Amino acid sequence: MIYLQLFLSYLKIGFFGFGGGYPMISLIYNEIVTRHAWLTQAQFTDIVAVSQMTPGPIALNCATFVGYTVTGSIWGSVLTTLAVCAPSMTLMLLIAIFYRRLQGNRLMMGALNWMRPVLAGLIGAAAVMFLNRETFFDWKTVLICVASFAAVWKKVNPVWVLLASAAIGLAIF
Amino acid sequence: MKLLLQLFWTFFKIGALTFGSGYAMISIIENEVVDRRHWFEREDFYNQFTLAQSAPGPIALNTAVFTGYRVRGFWGAAASVLGMVIPSFVIILLIAVYLHSFRDNSYVNAAFNGMRPCVVALIAVPCVRLILRLKGVWQILMAAASLALIAFTGVSPILLLAIGAAIGLMLARS
Repeated sequence: MIYLQLFLSYLKIGFFGFGGGYPMISLIYNEIVTRHAWLTQAQFTDIVAVSQMTPGPIALNCATFVGYTVTGSIWGSVLTTLAVCAPSMTLMLLIAIFYRRLQGNRLMMGALNWMRPVLAGLIGAAAVMFLNRETFFDWKTVLICVASFAAVWKKVNPVWVLLASAAIGLAIF
Repeated sequence: MKLLLQLFWTFFKIGALTFGSGYAMISIIENEVVDRRHWFEREDFYNQFTLAQSAPGPIALNTAVFTGYRVRGFWGAAASVLGMVIPSFVIILLIAVYLHSFRDNSYVNAAFNGMRPCVVALIAVPCVRLILRLKGVWQILMAAASLALIAFTGVSPILLLAIGAAIGLMLARS
């Protein structure tokens, strides 16, 4: 039963995952932690950290990881990965086929233009939901967050920033 | 067949070697399909990327579908997607399987304690960048409202996206 629920949840995430990885984190959180409580907040944060550090799209990595962690089986991973890919593959194939006609379509551009603020809100909500005592348990963790923000803002490769944070964690905790 | 293998290999490399979100991958994909393989003109590639961005799903995956389809039809898209998915799937699975046995290790714990605040920053940066690119007060208000509703009331993000699209459609028609 949990397989079917996972599959449906991830179809939904794939279908409404506008804007790629970061906004998708909010959707995934909403489904996996808030609605179904399959993972705790801390587990989910760790998965996001690992997904970010390993190669490949975050949303895909995260799907594979969640599938395994929730079911404890490789088939869970296969299922979530397929489910998260299926909607976007179908839609993209359609778009590719009708490419010429869609280009510069006023209605589509209008819709996208007003989905953008919601995307900003979605990403912001993902950040806000991580503001908890498990993550920020003393002033040092706040400092790591601020320093990381500055580094990523200055276009330092996020992988290096994460590795540096891990190293700092090893050194001080 | 040669073209299919080329597509598979190109996206396999991209899947295995690039990190982060679609935005981080774009320049690498561009380098492969425009400069090295000459499958597209640069202008054409950017149009394609805008569409890939506007469809739901991981942007890198969408780009793979699109590129594959336009180079070699349906099977081209299939080869590109497989190439893109396999490396991250295998790597993540290995980590997921073994992380379990390391989870109570105090070193692993310390490392994750350092990484969690960093993840918050990683998410905050694209959010701030996106907000800076919004047009007008109404869009900023809408972003703030969406953030508050999603984070504090549990309103479905999907509903808000639909409302955003509806507003955009109405404004574009009038």
